[in-house]
Amino acid sequence: MSALPLDYETLRLIWWALLGTLLIGFAIMGGMDLGMGALLPFVARNDEERRVILNLSGPTWEGNQVWLVLGGGAIFAAWPAIYAASFSGFYIAMIAILLALILRPVGFKFRSKVDNPTWRSVWDWGLFIGGFVPSVVFGVAVGNLFLGAPFRLDDTLRVSYEGNFFGLLTPFALLAGLVSLAMLLTQGASVIAARTQGEIADRARTYGRWAALATAVLFVLGGVIALYVLSGYRITSAIDVGGPSNPLGKTVVVEAGAWASNYTTMPWTMAAPIVAVLGSLLAYVALTIRAHVLAILASSLAILGIIATAGLSLYPFLMPSSIDPVSSLTVWDASSSQLTLFIMLGVTLLFLPIILLYTAWVFRVMRGPVTTASLHRNPNAY
Amino acid sequence: MTDPLVVELSRLQFAATAMYHFLFVPLTLGLSILVATMESVYVMTGRAIWRKATLFWGTLFGINFAVGVSTGIVMEFQFGMNWSYYSHYVGDVFGAPLAIEGLMAFFLEATFIGLFFFGWDRLRPVAHLTVTWLMALGANFSALWILIANGWIQNPVGSAFNPDTMRMEVTDFMAVLFNPTAQAKFVHTVSAGYVTGAVFVLAISAFYLLNERHVEMAKRSMVVAASFGLAAALSVVVLGDESGYVATEHQKMKIAAMEAMYETEPAPAALTLFAIPGADGRPTYEVKFPFILGLITTRSLDRDLPGITELTEIAAGRIANGINAYKALEVIKQDKTNAAARAEFAATQADLGYALLLKKYRPDVENATGEEIAQAALDTVPDVWPLFWSFRLMVGIGFFFIAFFGLWFWKASRHTLTSSPLLLRIGLFTLPLPWLAAEAGWLIAEYGRQPWAVEGVLPTFYAASGLHVWDLIISLAFFVTVYTVLAIVMVWLMLRVVKHGPAERTALDNEPVPATAFPEPAE
Ligand code: HDD
Ligand code: HEM
Ligand code: HEM
Repeated sequence: MSALPLDYETLRLIWWALLGTLLIGFAIMGGMDLGMGALLPFVARNDEERRVILNLSGPTWEGNQVWLVLGGGAIFAAWPAIYAASFSGFYIAMIAILLALILRPVGFKFRSKVDNPTWRSVWDWGLFIGGFVPSVVFGVAVGNLFLGAPFRLDDTLRVSYEGNFFGLLTPFALLAGLVSLAMLLTQGASVIAARTQGEIADRARTYGRWAALATAVLFVLGGVIALYVLSGYRITSAIDVGGPSNPLGKTVVVEAGAWASNYTTMPWTMAAPIVAVLGSLLAYVALTIRAHVLAILASSLAILGIIATAGLSLYPFLMPSSIDPVSSLTVWDASSSQLTLFIMLGVTLLFLPIILLYTAWVFRVMRGPVTTASLHRNPNAY
Repeated sequence: MTDPLVVELSRLQFAATAMYHFLFVPLTLGLSILVATMESVYVMTGRAIWRKATLFWGTLFGINFAVGVSTGIVMEFQFGMNWSYYSHYVGDVFGAPLAIEGLMAFFLEATFIGLFFFGWDRLRPVAHLTVTWLMALGANFSALWILIANGWIQNPVGSAFNPDTMRMEVTDFMAVLFNPTAQAKFVHTVSAGYVTGAVFVLAISAFYLLNERHVEMAKRSMVVAASFGLAAALSVVVLGDESGYVATEHQKMKIAAMEAMYETEPAPAALTLFAIPGADGRPTYEVKFPFILGLITTRSLDRDLPGITELTEIAAGRIANGINAYKALEVIKQDKTNAAARAEFAATQADLGYALLLKKYRPDVENATGEEIAQAALDTVPDVWPLFWSFRLMVGIGFFFIAFFGLWFWKASRHTLTSSPLLLRIGLFTLPLPWLAAEAGWLIAEYGRQPWAVEGVLPTFYAASGLHVWDLIISLAFFVTVYTVLAIVMVWLMLRVVKHGPAERTALDNEPVPATAFPEPAE
């Protein structure tokens, strides 16, 4: 397929970056709603207050969640090997995420349709689970990428898996889960602080400041462990960056400090962890001085920095294998064909700007504080 | 190779969750257009009753939509979770329409549905109407792209197997896009959704008219539903015929099974109206309509329609040929540069999938015995009788709908909607029929495709993930529990909304009605 205007290597790099962009997009946009869900029972203490939060999230959360749906679709289309190995390998963890994602749409829609305290409280906790569980599990999954997953490929590239769900819950993975939770709580709390008034906003600021601090501390701790304690993976054979997507042709070693190597060979990558730490500290400061828009921006920056750090540390690995390092999936051997990557790039470049435009318009229409008074104006309010 | 029990349970789970998802999909497709139509009338006439109708049907739409989204996300992830070899094997082709669906359809529909509900007091009427139509458009785009994906697994065009990556890859994206199977499926399925929406609105309106509640809104809703429904019912039947025609071109075995047609029908083929399975599973007593099947499936009177026996023999030949492709592939795996093996593979690769059917019997496919080949050829026959009866159920309901909506359309144009309580009652009890027909349709399309996950390319048993039985037990228990609770809560909430009826007054009544080009008609 040499007739295409972009070579295979470039397309793979672009799609690696796009995958990161989609995940960051989901964490920033969907993270607002996940964070608000996880904070719901704590920040809002009575029915009216909870409805304020639900109606703050309500008009936009479905669109935000599509970042995740699209992320799934894009992995399927651009990185089919990753889609196959990770979704089946993390099967029970995926079921836990599905539980959360099933509870959210119906929770939002059903909760306020019935005026009964028990009914509403059940759905409130449902929405809490819907925010809390995925926030943690996504982090745990990323943590496991650093550790390597116990899978191997046979000569037909069929993946078989030798781990189980509890094997995922190692201390490092749980730490990664906490980083993810803390960063999404910061995001949710900043949005609540920005768009509500009175006590809800006060509580959100308190939770948000703690979460922002926790993000910075846990992230640094995780980073130190990943770089200096864990063993990383390194490709030792020559790499054919434009070769066919077949992982079995390479050789891989496991060695201490390998996850730090990109930071020495490409020092500019240090920007990612620095942005992560500064972003969360800035979010802390912004919440303290009640600069709420700044807090949302800072917390979004932190998210960007944290996810970019994960991606850049692992690069060029996407999903290393702990039991058979040769089977590890990398940027150079787990992608779709050059033609599919090229077509999908075209489609993405066409639609992503349109999506961003109309999403921005919807946010603009829905701008302004949500108060208990505003709930009674709309017959469809949640 | 995957444990056969895991394969069976994975199939059960996929079928159950997909059929469950499709309980909500058709109503979303139909109701979104109906709600947008009613709101259009409101904006054009400025009459508050139409806003009341829009809000009321919109509430029911929202409840259904929420469950549709919940169950749809499950579908999006299940390919990787339960069908990981499938995902590896065809992701290069099949993943693209799914990703485009997200970019082009889900974002549109999910972003604007928020404004549909929350924008009433923030947008001018024309702007709100635009939002509603964009949301409906998004839902219909989503059907387009998922059916392009589904069309490809029924008729895998525009792709070829790449021995270096051990998977199918796109060779001609336009062929995938303009796959005739996908087009036929899209129009038929979307029309089925419109019929479902129309029956839903008509049945609930009939309920109000029977009880003499909300009469003004119910009558108006009924007029919209009757005319929309009539057009949709005609299109379902005419375009269902197109599906049959396309399937004959590409899935002859499915047509033969659906007709319980063991022996080749000489042209022009007769349509079996009714049959009784004998002890050997073959039809013993049949009532046939001459010519009709030949016309539907081949659009001619002179082409034979191959029966199951003949098709099985053809399959055996393809398996034998596929073994050559398999052998060549084994050579290429060892020696990437072997030009002779690559040439041999290129010549035989169209039948590689048929050789994979033998994997059920032995790992070393190249040494298969004649008996095993015969057995594998028999495996290409889907389960005849469920298909036979599902097809008759769907078609019967299809013709009933034409008469049904024809009648209501006629009554609407003569302003006699409320004249007969018996007819209103029939209208109410028609409610489940579109769902029955749609589920029957998917059963034909998907169960009729077995044993293939991708027709002629990848057998289902070969496509599953290497999970453990316990994984499946946990996930099945999970889905059964959560989906049952969801179903109960949702039906209960819908009944509540219907019982309660449209809100007589809302905060919106204080807002100014839109200026319109049309003067308010005198009542
Ligand atoms: C884009 C692909 C696609 C789409 C749109 C659908 N399916 Fe499907 N279906 C599959 C792709 C698929 C599959 C992955 O290929 C399965 C899983 C196992 C198999 O053999 O085919 C399948 C199996 C499958 C089965 C079980 C057949 C069996 O294993 O015996 C049923 C009954 C359905 N589906 C029903 C549906 C319904 C109700 C759908 C509407 C939402 C639907 N399918 C959409
Ligand atoms: C088996 C394959 C399918 C998959 C993987 C799938 C995937 C999904 C997903 C992820 C959603 C939620 C999107 C959101 O967040 O808004 C969804 C909803 C939807 N899907 Fe499916 N779907 C499948 C089958 C179908 C079919 C065959 C159709 C139509 C003909 C369809 C039409 C829709 C529509 C209209 C929605 C909107 C929500 C609703 O149903 O109320 N889907 N689907
Ligand atoms: C005379 C009437 C009808 C005819 C001739 C007809 C024909 C068909 C055929 C041949 C298929 C199988 C396509 C395949 O093999 O892939 C099909 C599928 C289907 N039918 Fe029908 N049908 C009719 C009425 C209806 C009605 C009334 C509904 C629902 C309201 C419906 C809903 C469906 C659905 C959802 C599918 C699966 C999607 C697809 O394959 O297109 N059909 N129909």
